[in-house]
Amino acid sequence: MSRGGAIAVALLLAPWTSAAGATAPAPAARVAVAAAADLQFAFDEIGTAFRAANPDVELTVTYGSSGTFFAQLSTRAPFDLYLSADVDYPRRLVAAGLAVPDSLFRYAIGQIALWVPAASPLDLERDGIDALLAPSVRTIAIANPRHAPYGRAAEAALRTLGVYERVRARLVLGENIAQTAQFVESGAADVGIVALSLALAPRLQATGRHWLVPRDSHPPLEQGGVILEWARDRHAAERLRAFLVGPEGRRLLDRFGFLPPP
Amino acid sequence: MDWTAVLLTLRLALCTTAVLLVVGLPLAYWLATTRWRGRVVVEAVTSLPIVLPPTVLGFYLLLAMGPQAPLGRFYEALVGERLAFSFAGILLGSVLYNLPFAVQPFSAAFAAVDRRLVEASWCCGTSRLATFRRVIVPLAWPGIVAGAVLTFAHTVGEFGVVLMIGGNIPGVTRTLSIAIYDDVQALDYARAGDTALALVGFAAVVLGLVFALRRRAGRR
Repeated sequence: MSRGGAIAVALLLAPWTSAAGATAPAPAARVAVAAAADLQFAFDEIGTAFRAANPDVELTVTYGSSGTFFAQLSTRAPFDLYLSADVDYPRRLVAAGLAVPDSLFRYAIGQIALWVPAASPLDLERDGIDALLAPSVRTIAIANPRHAPYGRAAEAALRTLGVYERVRARLVLGENIAQTAQFVESGAADVGIVALSLALAPRLQATGRHWLVPRDSHPPLEQGGVILEWARDRHAAERLRAFLVGPEGRRLLDRFGFLPPP
Repeated sequence: MDWTAVLLTLRLALCTTAVLLVVGLPLAYWLATTRWRGRVVVEAVTSLPIVLPPTVLGFYLLLAMGPQAPLGRFYEALVGERLAFSFAGILLGSVLYNLPFAVQPFSAAFAAVDRRLVEASWCCGTSRLATFRRVIVPLAWPGIVAGAVLTFAHTVGEFGVVLMIGGNIPGVTRTLSIAIYDDVQALDYARAGDTALALVGFAAVVLGLVFALRRRAGRR
């Protein structure tokens, strides 16, 4: 083997050899969370606070669409705690015997908002939902109503507020609510209906403006979660759940526009 | 099966292949014959999509197609429509993403043409264009078809770029792979399964065709 080859092999093996000699204590417990995309920024902060209070728990979070997670969990994806944007999915996992029955909980009511980049000519304060009818609006991003809870809420609100038929041809669909926000933030779409929790995230607050879509214009977005039957450490998952619905989790959820569950 | 998605996907694949025949053949011929040293740079750039994840290309395209970006603004001023979330938009993404799948087989086919035959043709007074048409293309034919078929098939199977810049509009940007993803997400496994099975059959036929062409090219 050439010298370069030997060095390359040594470099490839380095992680193993050093890991074998590592002395850092392994965390006592692990929790892997599958979280709905609307929690992207809020749960980052909740996770940080949880880790600070519970240094013995190793927490990993994966964000994605609630529907994708449901499909993956139906085939026993290795997550311990599932935080869905729609309580219906966790409920179905319980019904299918895949989740711990008494672990089902609701943690928030989600809200939706129109969001435009700061440079947009639209005046959301003045026009509200009618801002969508402006001739300069070519594309309106919403999440896919077929499987994203926030997409269903957006479509319902457009219907209730009487603009659906007029904006229908201009709708583009994000795979989940985070991609919907990203369509608008990147400038590719003119305006979007996103989760209020994303509009209130520092990053989007700095680059745009939002208008809260009236809560009574769509069925409430009841967000719920559940602990999976195969959770590696059920007790650790319960601690995270308690933290999320406890005072500190509630305070952070409030800040991101999540209303308390009834 | 979602026939709107089938038709759209076929249209996208045909258009991508057509564009890449027009753009890719001259580029591949130039790459196969030039002695310019900077050639490696061009080769590397056209091959980038093989290495890069589609999300990288999709991300750049999404930014480039917005009305604030130069490309998006230029297109909107020219055509009067938004480039992102349009058929033209996913066609552009698809052409860029498939560049290596067309150019590499084309280029290899051109490089395999015996140089002496080409020069003999020139010596007989045949013009360069006529030589290209009557000597080079007939000799490189199997490689050109293989490149075109690969491009077509690869476009049918494309997912990441379209997901990033398409916006899932029926008949405009909801291609077959997106429709399958959509069905799976909506837990409509039966419909997803039908479409997926049809695609598996399609892929098998296409690959059989490509390998048959390769054997034919190898025999010559």
